[in-house]
Amino acid sequence: MSEQTTEQTVVKEPNGVGNDFDPRFDGAVTRDVRKGYTGYIVSPERLIDFATFTRDELGYDFLSSVTGVDYLADGKLEVVYHAYKTTGGPGIVYKTQVPRENPVAPSLYPVYPGVEFQEREVYDLYGIRFEGHPDLRRILLWEGFYGHPMRKDWKEAYFEEEGKPFKSRWPEGHVSRAEDKNPFGKNIDFPAGFDPEKWTPEGETALYAGFGKLTGREEESGMETDELVVNLGPQHPSTHGVFRMVAKLSGETVVDLKPVMGYLHRNHEKIGERNTFLQNIPFTDRLDYFSSMSNNWGYVMAVEKLMGVKPPERAEYIRVMMAELTRISNHVAAIGFLLNDLGAYFTPILYAFEERELILDIFEAAAGSRMMCNYYRFGGVARDLPEGILEKVASLANDRLPRKIDELDAFLTNNEIIRNRAEGVGILTAEQAIAYSAVGPVLRASGVPYDIRRAEPYGIYDRFDFDVAVRYHGDVYDRYLLRMDEIRQSIRILQQVVRHIPEGSIQEGKPQYQVRVPAGESYGRIEGPKGELGFYVVSNGKPNPYRYHVRAPSFINLTALPLMAKGNKIADAIIILGSIDIVLGETDR
Amino acid sequence: MKEMSPTRYDIPPELEGQVAVTTLDKIYNWGRRSSLWPMMFGLACCAIEMICTAASRFDFSRFGMEVMRPSPRQSDVMIVSGTVTKKMVPQIVRLYNQMPEPKYVVAMGACASGGGPFKEGYNVVSGVDKYVPVDVYIPGCPPTPQALLHGLITLQKKIDHQTLKTARWYSKETLDYIPVPVLGPDIMDPRQFEQIKAYTMKKLADEQQAAEDAVQVETEAEPAEKSVGEQQ
Repeated sequence: MSEQTTEQTVVKEPNGVGNDFDPRFDGAVTRDVRKGYTGYIVSPERLIDFATFTRDELGYDFLSSVTGVDYLADGKLEVVYHAYKTTGGPGIVYKTQVPRENPVAPSLYPVYPGVEFQEREVYDLYGIRFEGHPDLRRILLWEGFYGHPMRKDWKEAYFEEEGKPFKSRWPEGHVSRAEDKNPFGKNIDFPAGFDPEKWTPEGETALYAGFGKLTGREEESGMETDELVVNLGPQHPSTHGVFRMVAKLSGETVVDLKPVMGYLHRNHEKIGERNTFLQNIPFTDRLDYFSSMSNNWGYVMAVEKLMGVKPPERAEYIRVMMAELTRISNHVAAIGFLLNDLGAYFTPILYAFEERELILDIFEAAAGSRMMCNYYRFGGVARDLPEGILEKVASLANDRLPRKIDELDAFLTNNEIIRNRAEGVGILTAEQAIAYSAVGPVLRASGVPYDIRRAEPYGIYDRFDFDVAVRYHGDVYDRYLLRMDEIRQSIRILQQVVRHIPEGSIQEGKPQYQVRVPAGESYGRIEGPKGELGFYVVSNGKPNPYRYHVRAPSFINLTALPLMAKGNKIADAIIILGSIDIVLGETDR
Repeated sequence: MKEMSPTRYDIPPELEGQVAVTTLDKIYNWGRRSSLWPMMFGLACCAIEMICTAASRFDFSRFGMEVMRPSPRQSDVMIVSGTVTKKMVPQIVRLYNQMPEPKYVVAMGACASGGGPFKEGYNVVSGVDKYVPVDVYIPGCPPTPQALLHGLITLQKKIDHQTLKTARWYSKETLDYIPVPVLGPDIMDPRQFEQIKAYTMKKLADEQQAAEDAVQVETEAEPAEKSVGEQQ
């Protein structure tokens, strides 16, 4: 009860500087009073205390997102934390600021182990060093890369202007090839005085050093025992793209495992900060390319929060419909790929892709593209549903999909091989899942019924009748079953959507190329097929977002991969990865 | 069989299905184009459309391509399906080097062809043809399965026009491997080391000159420098 009252005072407190919490934090915690900002600014010295306090005493046990912002004009780098309660409800935002020169912040790893990769990302892109982090290395780029690219004063080789539309393209329109302007004809640049012949690549010594000694038991036992480091990927048929795992093996058992990523790091965030707000929507399609529609929604929601617009009724229904279709197509494909990893080579995928194609037909009819839909707009959707599509969705939802899911279920669920290989493998307990910031099916298969559609309903999800799927064993098999459950729930939602969808407009106000976004920050999050997909957007009133960050579920779910894989066989590490269901476009961004 | 005979020979009608009189070029090309084994190698979004092309609705096994090999040693065509990043390009060049001749490269989609929507990104290679030779470019973001099929059929047509006389893998000189790029402060092609050195030395000299000028003029305005000092 005391937690409740503490939180009440937080909400009621007038917008003044001061400590709302506890006399312990006097002077260390202040309200963020910048216009359009919310939350608190915590001094770096007290950050760990404050995080522990919010976790243990206020109940914000789930740290959703960690990211950096470069406030170049103020000479400050800011680390932004978004924490939520797994019991539901709104979250808390707190920030800590460090100087741009020699930025050091304490690592929250002891409080929330789920920050491991996110802090590494902030270090990689902003150069903020986190003290107390167990393994602070670059994560998306490679060791030796010059500079920290997300800093505002860091310019890429093809740099043209701070924001789009570039003057060279509009209004006069003299486009030239970027290659022609670069001395190497490529997208490369080097620091002054650099000598390539004297360069020794730093390579991956730090990565392998993290594994500790591989041999050394020789002297003790006199026996030749050896641990082996095996690299899987980035070109490997079962890593779902260009993902790489480095596993230390004793015999066939995984002793330690480190995910290596960044092979598809295509600079979403840097490009996103040059784009106008509208131009970012098609880029979000390419994050999790299996579920472009729900990616759109997350971003559009974050910007809509800043703009204060709300889509009309019909658009809300269309959004839910598209997002749920996306979830179904994603989950059938995920199940197909998981079975692929289990050795049922390609056949389950053929079944999965049959259904996926039917859903893609609907997307193509509505949005014009099979995969990269670019369909949601600020305050609505791009265009109305074409004729006959609702009937098609209705027949899918009422007839074909339930039948086909039952068929998949009959083929797979009680298959002896699947049960033997998947049950009890890759266990993640509920406490671990929360601590490691796991989201989506991974979290819910561990027994935590946390679904943002219910925990903090967005859109019109509060009107639909559906259950939050939850399973309790936290193993690969439960993750598979949970996806099956979720497909069934999505079908239920679809059935309600096609029954109740009203006629009407699909866009609030006039569609605009250049939207006016008031200054401020916002964090929009949705329950994507892979889990909580968050977009942290900072606007300074200009046509381009000042900061655009994607809280990618695939990326953060991987934080728990070593934990799940340790002690299992190497072949099981493959299916554990398959059961997380990652997409590299989103993992690396 | 009939289509393989370049000119009309007097083949008895009952043997027309079994016998063809043809050139070595034709029969080599026919064999090569009818069993193009792609490498199972997905980079990004386009890889999903590649899987769709392999799946039941589009099914590129109709053209002799269903055998996707995870190993470069067993494959004929590398479909570069997605954005090529600087961190990935050493591996792609290595994979290309490991493929046996004759080998073909298809740049699938806008990113692999020229950087695509991510061209300006600091970790993005503007087109895989900066490092490996490309035979067919397929536009689209991502190309539909139909477009990929069209691209592969175009590759087959290209193969049809190859001859033993000019094909590089039959020539006497040994084929050079493409030097694998090195990850330095930025991606470095070993063939460009000299050029890189000249560039960075000039940059250093320019910066020193600018700094000297600034001291001489004694103005407040510092020259715009790249943040080199932040290198770890």
